[in-house]
Amino acid sequence: MIYLQTLLGVLVFTVVGLAAGWVFREMLVLITSRNTGKFLRTAPLTASFGMLVITIYIFCAVFAPLIAPYGEAEILSGGFEPWGSTYILGTDNLGRDVFTRLIYGARNTVGIAFLITALAFLFGTVLGIFAALKGGVIDQVMSRLIDVLMAIPSLIFSLLMLTIFGTSVFSLVIVIATIDSTRVFRIARAVALSIVQLDYVEAAKLRGESTSYLIRKEILPNAMAPLAAEFGLRFCFVFLMISALSFLGLGLQPPTADWGSMVRDNADLISFGDITPLIPAGAIALLTIAVNFVVDWLLHRASGLKD
Amino acid sequence: MPNIISMIIKRLGLGVLTLLLLSLLIFLSVEALPGDLAETILGQQATPETVAAIRKELGLDQPPLTRYLNWLGGVVQGDFGNSLALKKPISGLIAPRIQNTLFLTLYTAAIAVPLSIILGLAVSLFRNSYFDRITNTTALAAISMPEFFVGYVMIYFFALSGYFPSMANINANTPLLDKLYLCFLPALTLTLVVTAHMMRMTRAAIINVLALPYIEMARLKGAKPSRIIVRHALPNAIAPIVNVVALNLAYLITGVVIVEIVFVFPGLGQLMVDGVKFRDVPVVQATALIFASAYVGLNLLADIISTLSNPRLMRQR
Repeated sequence: MIYLQTLLGVLVFTVVGLAAGWVFREMLVLITSRNTGKFLRTAPLTASFGMLVITIYIFCAVFAPLIAPYGEAEILSGGFEPWGSTYILGTDNLGRDVFTRLIYGARNTVGIAFLITALAFLFGTVLGIFAALKGGVIDQVMSRLIDVLMAIPSLIFSLLMLTIFGTSVFSLVIVIATIDSTRVFRIARAVALSIVQLDYVEAAKLRGESTSYLIRKEILPNAMAPLAAEFGLRFCFVFLMISALSFLGLGLQPPTADWGSMVRDNADLISFGDITPLIPAGAIALLTIAVNFVVDWLLHRASGLKD
Repeated sequence: MPNIISMIIKRLGLGVLTLLLLSLLIFLSVEALPGDLAETILGQQATPETVAAIRKELGLDQPPLTRYLNWLGGVVQGDFGNSLALKKPISGLIAPRIQNTLFLTLYTAAIAVPLSIILGLAVSLFRNSYFDRITNTTALAAISMPEFFVGYVMIYFFALSGYFPSMANINANTPLLDKLYLCFLPALTLTLVVTAHMMRMTRAAIINVLALPYIEMARLKGAKPSRIIVRHALPNAIAPIVNVVALNLAYLITGVVIVEIVFVFPGLGQLMVDGVKFRDVPVVQATALIFASAYVGLNLLADIISTLSNPRLMRQR
């Protein structure tokens, strides 16, 4: 019975989600300029749904204090209050409101994941383009070094690094940004290699432009499209990674509200048939799915509708 | 033939070199620890005398290179030193756990590999149909889910109703059938996560081949779609598919850590996470080295197999 109900629930959720995505897309088309509207019309329903979800998450993150009924780390009652009108989703092991922490989690988890991805892209693209531009020994040394770093699975590497630097937000950001920038380096270098050979870059070099000018003004603008899609994918990786680390108790530290640690704190409830721990986990899943849907659409467009 | 052997030897040499660099990196990263191990162990009880005593006991008074060589020499002989938290030799802790983790990984692979290849073939056969689109979207969604989400959903649906246990508490003496039963949920969780990846990559590999002119030719001469895929496309797609399988087995290595925690499975991942929590540096070093070696080994295998299946790749270097 429970299986049938769930199946039905998933089906209804999918249909409603896609319908809401369609409404959202039509709304966007109406309020944006003609060209953007034309572009948005090419989005399949899955991507529209993705954009809708991302918008909702950003809204929650920005207006968290206004939406949340209680304070982020406020202890309101004994542990594990059931769902009800006072506490919509009950309270957690320490008696904090789960719904409030879910809203604040959007701000903390997503915010930090975004910061890490941005940092990784800053390091990765600059170094990658630099290596492609210089070529020769510099390129070889940097690439081989990155190869060695990439030979360690990233979760294992970050566990190792966090043992050494301890589990503070600062070391978390630096460690994961460093690990992820190796992946960005590879992509950026590959993309830049094909651009570096073009005539206009050669011309700029002959004009005597500086390396930083070449990177910023000549190569980066033309590498933007593939890097933007990569940004979405990397964001998902980073987001899943810090959630996993938080779930292991090694990511964001309490009392900061964070979805990964919320799952761990309330995990015991699942054995009593209470789905509260599944909600923050589902929130993580939903956002990554949404971002992936949008990236999939953009990649499909970029590949020129190959198949 | 000598060509092939020299290629394999070259790749193996590169692999060994990577592993050496990795071990150096893992060893050196601990050197970067602010303060040193002795102070970390003692914490607040650190007086100059006790610190000096512990440093001597751990051999920290020797130069880093000597210590690295000693450590590496031990590792090669299966001796990883002693755990700081448990005061026991690490090799004794690791041995049963490697078996358990390996069992779980192979169990998953046995389900996931055939499943995903069959699904991938089916999906590319019905390319651009609703079946293809729905499977593809579902797979994309499945890839995006964190392992612990899938794990707890499995527990909610299959453990609460009493069909399968939520804790996979196995040891060396558990009979094989019981093991298969006890580990079913963790294996299923990993399968779901990995299958989606492998299926999408298999589909991409086959579709790449399908764009080639000789497939067009087969189509023009009137071969059936299923025959085109199985007889014409598959043999040329085997290299990328084997690559995909090896890469995903390597990916399993990280997935295993989270799943072991969710299902309280006595494996290597759990040992590592506990090590990180207690800042038990030798344990973390040992487990990191093992995970990294497995990862490097599988990637190497993928590389060699794809080169063997495509002779053009051998001419390049």
